[in-house]
Amino acid sequence: MRPALNLRTLVTVVLIAALVLLPLYTGLSGNRFLLTLFTRIVILAMAAVSLNLMLGYGGMMSFGHAAYLGIGGYAVGMLAHEGIDSGFVQWPVALAASALFALVIGALSLRTRGVYFIMITLAFAQMAYYMFAGLARYGGDDGLTIYKRSQFVAPVDLSNKTQFYYICLALLFGVIYLVWRLTNSRFGLVVQGARSNDLRMRAIGFPTYRYRLVCFVIAGTLCGLAGALLANQTDFVSPSIMYWTRSGDLIIMVVLGGMATPFGPLIGAVALLVLEEVLSGITEYWQIILGPLLLLVVLFARGGIDGLLTNLSGKASGQGRS
Amino acid sequence: MTLFIEQCLNGLQFGLLLFLLAAGLTLVFGIMDLVNLAHGSLYMIGAYFAATFAAWTGSFVLGAVLALAATLLVGMAVEVIVMRRLYGRDHIDHVLATFGLILFFDEAVRLIWGPAGLSLSLPPWLSQPVQILPGMNYSAYRLAVIVVTLAVAGFLYVLVMRTRIGMLIRAGASNREMVGALGVNIKLLYTLVFGLGAALAGLAGLMQAPILTVQIGMGENILILAFVITVIGGIGSIRGALVAALLVGFIDTLGRAFFPDILRMLLSKEAAATAAPALSSMLIYLLMAVVLVVKPEGLFSAGNK
Repeated sequence: MRPALNLRTLVTVVLIAALVLLPLYTGLSGNRFLLTLFTRIVILAMAAVSLNLMLGYGGMMSFGHAAYLGIGGYAVGMLAHEGIDSGFVQWPVALAASALFALVIGALSLRTRGVYFIMITLAFAQMAYYMFAGLARYGGDDGLTIYKRSQFVAPVDLSNKTQFYYICLALLFGVIYLVWRLTNSRFGLVVQGARSNDLRMRAIGFPTYRYRLVCFVIAGTLCGLAGALLANQTDFVSPSIMYWTRSGDLIIMVVLGGMATPFGPLIGAVALLVLEEVLSGITEYWQIILGPLLLLVVLFARGGIDGLLTNLSGKASGQGRS
Repeated sequence: MTLFIEQCLNGLQFGLLLFLLAAGLTLVFGIMDLVNLAHGSLYMIGAYFAATFAAWTGSFVLGAVLALAATLLVGMAVEVIVMRRLYGRDHIDHVLATFGLILFFDEAVRLIWGPAGLSLSLPPWLSQPVQILPGMNYSAYRLAVIVVTLAVAGFLYVLVMRTRIGMLIRAGASNREMVGALGVNIKLLYTLVFGLGAALAGLAGLMQAPILTVQIGMGENILILAFVITVIGGIGSIRGALVAALLVGFIDTLGRAFFPDILRMLLSKEAAATAAPALSSMLIYLLMAVVLVVKPEGLFSAGNK
């Protein structure tokens, strides 16, 4: 029997409580910056959770996940630029556009395996990057300022920072729940089966290509939602939102937190972005610390923070697996 | 017509340059099964070294030679310190670790050379145009690049296919344990191969340096192109890399030069002006998509050889 309260659960619960209570603290202390930072963290965590669905559970190593952030963001930005402010139009368009892009890219990329898949998803994401950078009407390289956030019905106001934070947080929990339900469904089990042994799954009679494609599309769509939120948060969208290093950041979040775990990507996103914030406070050249740190994590701490916590809980309660 | 020939030569030059990068990438992948995102960083470092050494020695050629040697050493050091620990691990580990290396290298360059870019000026005998056809001049430097890359491609072919080292490299690619068991120092061999790949990337970087500015992040954009090339050519195949690099070089250069005009003939002027920059930069990715549909393993898949 597993103890109900182990370190891993404890950390997750404390983190969630802290995220829920954060606006109280920032409201009292007047530290608006912290709220902005954490709104960003919550949004990127959502993107990481969506990536985890395909990377962690599905074993599909996409290096182009930031493309959907860009497509979701540009859907909001371009519609706003054309005078369509309603979130009831913008958000469904953002989701649909991301889904469509994911369908096309996925259908092509999933024909390949392993390192081909990594490079192809990366290349397609860069293609999207250059495409948006070439759109002079929508700011090209310089990006597009969004003068009015997505409009919803009366009480909902995205310009209210606290309200916007809670909307993002609620959507994040919604996405985590959805991914958790998906991974425990028949669909999720087939996708995970295809990760462990695709050939065997096909031999049993599952058309794994289709299952993986659907997983790819769901992950892309959910990330498109994060993109729509990110555009609203920054009131701005530019091609840099989907630059390939952003895809790398998302992968880091997933791996750092713990692949194929429900809360891993959230923990990873908080850890990475807070670490970035702290390091950049110490030195201008913070990436010179972050880079080698990342190397150490890869070399010595596989399973990420979640794995570390699980190990620690196991040892503490004398349940370490042999 | 002159413009067309000139653009073709530019395409050839760019394609051959890309080949240097892609060859290193595909060599390292084919032999060590290692995904090296930091390959672009070695390209950048080659360019920075060349600019620095050329300024120190006052000679472009001497600076280039020194830079090549220095990049080789950096590459071998990276292999010994980091890459060696990654062999046989998941691709995701490779991706993350080398992504960490990119952050490190970009920041280290910024720390050492500062955030502003450098420029590398050419000696007079290379900066003058030469007449290649009656009434047509072409940059001597670009011609020199074409000659050097062709020579390197020939050297690579002889090295891998005709020498003892090349034989060991090919043997190591097909069965690491067996080659080790036969008494070959496989660790040293891998270090050499990685260093060779690094030197090729550095060579590409230092040759591109006089054409573009030497700046941080210069390796990242071209790395993606190198990826596209290895995917099109088939991972692990040097021949495939050459063919794909030339294809990409031509299509990218000619596409940027002439595609807007073609589009203008088909669409209204306004629509063409909007769509052309976006579409012409997408051309090579479309090429990749087409290749994937037809041959998912690339044009010259090395397979499990």
